[in-house]
Amino acid sequence: MSTAKSATYETPKKLHGTGKEYWRRLGNDLVRDRWLYLLLLPGLIYFIVFKYLPMFGIVIAFENYVPFSGVLGSEWVGLKWFQYFFRFPAWTRYLSNTLILSLMNIVFFFPAPIILALLLNEMRSLRYKKLLQTLLYVPHFISIVIVVSITFVMFGSSGIVYKLTQQLLGHTVNYMGSPDTFRWMIIGQTIWKETGWGTIIFLAALTNVDTQLYEAAMVDGAGRLRRLWHITLPAIRSTIVLMLILRMGSVLDTGYDHLILMANPLNRSASQTLDVFVYQQGIQSGQFSYASAIGLMKSVISVTLVVGSNKIAHLLGEQGLY
Amino acid sequence: MSKRSAEQILSPRSHLPMKVSTGPVGANATVGSRVFDVVNYLFVTLVAITTIIPFIYIIGASFATEYEIATRPMFFIPQDVSVNAYKYIFSSNKILRGFGNSLLITSAGTAINLFFTVTMAYALSKTRLRGRNFFLNLVIFSMFFSGGMIPGYIIVANVLNLKNTFWSVLLPGAISAYNMMIVKNFFQGIPQELEESASIDGCTDIGVLWKIVLPLSLPVLATFGLFYAVGHWNAYFGAMIYMTGAKEKWPLQVLLRELIIMSNGTAGDMTNMDADFVQPPEQSIKMAVIVVSTVPIMCVYPFLQKYFVKGVMVGALKG
Repeated sequence: MSTAKSATYETPKKLHGTGKEYWRRLGNDLVRDRWLYLLLLPGLIYFIVFKYLPMFGIVIAFENYVPFSGVLGSEWVGLKWFQYFFRFPAWTRYLSNTLILSLMNIVFFFPAPIILALLLNEMRSLRYKKLLQTLLYVPHFISIVIVVSITFVMFGSSGIVYKLTQQLLGHTVNYMGSPDTFRWMIIGQTIWKETGWGTIIFLAALTNVDTQLYEAAMVDGAGRLRRLWHITLPAIRSTIVLMLILRMGSVLDTGYDHLILMANPLNRSASQTLDVFVYQQGIQSGQFSYASAIGLMKSVISVTLVVGSNKIAHLLGEQGLY
Repeated sequence: MSKRSAEQILSPRSHLPMKVSTGPVGANATVGSRVFDVVNYLFVTLVAITTIIPFIYIIGASFATEYEIATRPMFFIPQDVSVNAYKYIFSSNKILRGFGNSLLITSAGTAINLFFTVTMAYALSKTRLRGRNFFLNLVIFSMFFSGGMIPGYIIVANVLNLKNTFWSVLLPGAISAYNMMIVKNFFQGIPQELEESASIDGCTDIGVLWKIVLPLSLPVLATFGLFYAVGHWNAYFGAMIYMTGAKEKWPLQVLLRELIIMSNGTAGDMTNMDADFVQPPEQSIKMAVIVVSTVPIMCVYPFLQKYFVKGVMVGALKG
């Protein structure tokens, strides 16, 4: 901070003074800044009510929460809901659906923005590149409901893609209501919606590449692909690792707002993930405690995964997330 | 190279043009390099076209007759231009009301967002504020840990009793911690002298914020206003879970879900469908509704694009 300080706005120093002096100056500061505290108040109330109360509300995962009795008055049941979940035979399906979808996301979606950013970076015409970027960023701002709606209109039983496959293959593919296509539809939608937007962070990293390296490599006779592989890609390695760590933290998040739009009874065996479970049990069936317990379990695993992958990044000599 | 901090990695420089190209130009170009260029240009152009083609198809088909959609395989410009789908939409009270609700939620929500964000950001931008670090840590902690879907739902539905009111979609997202931190950093960058001259003239902190700081921050407010507004326009989850008993307050996105996704026949949950939607609507009507719900986003997209590359990563991590 390089802001000039004046006599009226002295930053409070660490006050080692005697007790009385300390309280007097604290009182003075509070009175002086009373309007600032008033400005702080709405935001503070927001964070307490909508962020911190729900955090304490996690205790209902260990209770038999009944809305009438409230969070504090409900019966304490310990780990009942966790045991209940693991006694429920389908829990492996929920877990494997979640993991398969996440793994597919990392394998197919994660590299897409990196590749696209590298290719955009190789374009020499800045104006044309900018035009393409303008088009590529559009779907990020389209709501997920519209993305899924467009998919239904085009892939549903009266849609154009449905009819074209019928003509080409001679049989129909039930894109929107089959467990075999479900995951590919989700990954496809994600790639279509977020690849362009995802390039921004990698393009930013690419501007930091030392251009002298390219010149030196050209003198040594390295071709385009070799330069891409040996200079450009290593230069953005830190960013890739950082993004991968962040991705690890959400490996159990399958995007409930996206999935519950695509999930239906016909594709149930593939679409039931932990997120969908929390939504169906908690909000649709009102099993608040049960759903919170599964949600809590998910968060605990996620935090562990972030910490773990950050450790691995450190071992590999990367800066990591923290 | 690998020992760079997250802040450096995330530095917002992508909007600057690359000064030196990564390959040789003109006469120096080898055959391999030229082939690479041609393939690269074709491929990226193809990706961009794939990105945009569903929109073009939907817009074209929304103006086509039902017969043409059913019989012609793929087209972008209809042979018989028909505005029947739009006539239907603009005569349907349900969709018009949804559009109105979306406008109401977006404008009221954005106003609430800006009020909460600016007031808190301004207070926290003052390093002299006692307890500032505590409040900042409170905000930062909430960016990494959350109570999850169900406790949040219980607060809104059972504790605050906001079900079936517009407040249930306006209040829970009143501040984005990330945006607030960026605005706070921007306020910190405003020269202190400007504010001091006003406070010597007898302005309170609120007066300084209103008369000096806000007029200087209009571009920033416009940027975050736009991002918040797009978020409200696109949101459906809150309205879907909190407004189950108030269909007359549904925004467009929730109606769209009912009209297109749930009427497709694949959804088993047809119990809360309305009588006028049980019959699946015609394709052209579905497409026209998609167009109508997307047009507002397309109208603000040029402005969004102007700001987001700069705004998206400006270090919220900086103290």
